Amino acid sequence: MLAGEQGEAVRIAIRILTRVAALYGANSLLPVTRAHIDGCIYEGDAGLAFAERLAAAGGRVRVPTSLNVISLDRQHWRQLGLEASYAAKASRLGQAFLTMGATPSFTCAPYQTAARPVFGEQIAWSESNAVAFANSVIGARTNRYGDYLDAACALTGRVPAAGLHLDAPRLATVLVRLRNVPPKLMADDTFYPVLGYLLGSLVADEVPVIEGLGAAPDEDQLKSLAAAAATSGSIAMFHIAGITPEAPTLDQALGGIKPRRSIDVTLADLNRVRRELSTGESGDEVGVVAFGSPHCSLAECRTIAALCSGQRANAGVEVFLTTSRAVRDLLERGGELVTLEAFGANVTADTCIVVSPLVKTTGKVLMTNSAKYAHYGPGIVKNRAVFASTESCIASAVEGRVVLNDEGWTA
Amino acid sequence: MSPVRVVVASSEVVHGTALVTDVPLSFWGGVDPATGMVIDEHHPLRGEQLTGRILILPNGRGSCSASGVLLEAIHHGTAPAAIITHAVDPIIGLGAILADELYGLRLPVLVLPENECRHITSGEPVTIQPDGHLTRQNT
Repeated sequence: MLAGEQGEAVRIAIRILTRVAALYGANSLLPVTRAHIDGCIYEGDAGLAFAERLAAAGGRVRVPTSLNVISLDRQHWRQLGLEASYAAKASRLGQAFLTMGATPSFTCAPYQTAARPVFGEQIAWSESNAVAFANSVIGARTNRYGDYLDAACALTGRVPAAGLHLDAPRLATVLVRLRNVPPKLMADDTFYPVLGYLLGSLVADEVPVIEGLGAAPDEDQLKSLAAAAATSGSIAMFHIAGITPEAPTLDQALGGIKPRRSIDVTLADLNRVRRELSTGESGDEVGVVAFGSPHCSLAECRTIAALCSGQRANAGVEVFLTTSRAVRDLLERGGELVTLEAFGANVTADTCIVVSPLVKTTGKVLMTNSAKYAHYGPGIVKNRAVFASTESCIASAVEGRVVLNDEGWTA
Repeated sequence: MSPVRVVVASSEVVHGTALVTDVPLSFWGGVDPATGMVIDEHHPLRGEQLTGRILILPNGRGSCSASGVLLEAIHHGTAPAAIITHAVDPIIGLGAILADELYGLRLPVLVLPENECRHITSGEPVTIQPDGHLTRQNT
């Protein structure tokens, strides 16, 4: 491949992959059966030039390859107020990867689509939340791959033979024990993103195992935990004793080895981190309410629609629900889209509010049930953020002011 | 000080003032490649400009798109003069490797454990040789 026998695109890809493989501690490569590319998000002209160069050089993906969100909603970007020259570049970037044979999934939750891998499958995935989910919740195997390395892996069908592709690095080395957390709180949707956000700051890039969780969380709750942990830290893999597939018991998650360190997590720790997520306050004027980081599943959209039904968002509030086109089509066919749009929500496809300039800087608060949006929002969309439950977000959208119901956290 | 690893070597001697943090930073969503400013509201370096500085940090965090943002910053001329992490960060390294492979632009990326550079403070002039050797101007 390095000698260019398989074409110029593969030659460039294998050169980059070989140099970067050393950073993962690998001295060989191994094959994968699936890839997910995050490099389709528009960051600037250098990345666009690279993608178009690979496509023009005849680059073709060797394995089924899904694509992450792109920086525009391909159908509705004009109505959403995106500027035309930006939309053109964002579109060209997506198109370059389609030319190379990738699937137009355009979602940051590929594990909720037909691109979902299986337990033990070797994959080359990018997008920090998807990496953490694939490893931890499914038991597929990938390292955290950065933008453009993802393309190199897809074009060669190879990854560094190191890290989370192997058995030993997948074992937990840090024990995280939940202490005195009320079971009722552990059933609340806000618990998981907050726990994830705390985990990322405590554990950085090690592999933690969480002990003491009550009832098994559903996949949407695990999704929010993974996304938050991959945001405040660089967690690519975690275990939950008795719940995740490589942790049927605590001992198996640890591989029978004593953990390097143990951390106790209390309600006070979780509350501190929950407050850090918000840079706005109760009573502040709300400018934007956003759901969908990671992309809302069909179930989450239906829950939001049911809560919105019969109400209308305040005139001064923009509401965004970001999801995949596949889910948006289902909402259209199922009728929920009408309910959401009657509330005043923009249900976008292909993109999200932190990769596309949809949200204007208003001086008012951005409210969200996503720890990931709450963390990145103030820096990227330049508004203060408030993290709260789905119910509080909707109530606040109607009021036009931040309305919080923190009962579960203060009891 | 000698690095334990030179991820990307510069082609010439690099001079700059140190910018030191003990909190990991995500380049995506944390740094604006158009200006080189730290935009992460949750980070102690928020509002600082990275351009031309010798950035010393534990590691990256957060987004896999950090490599893309670093590539844009290097290409645009707003990147730090060098990046030193305490452990290997494959995504920051990837961004610098891409700039080298695609444009021949070599931003030095070194790995130096925290206990070897903890005496370096923000604002202090630092020099990095092409072999990665780091010296403080004040010694």
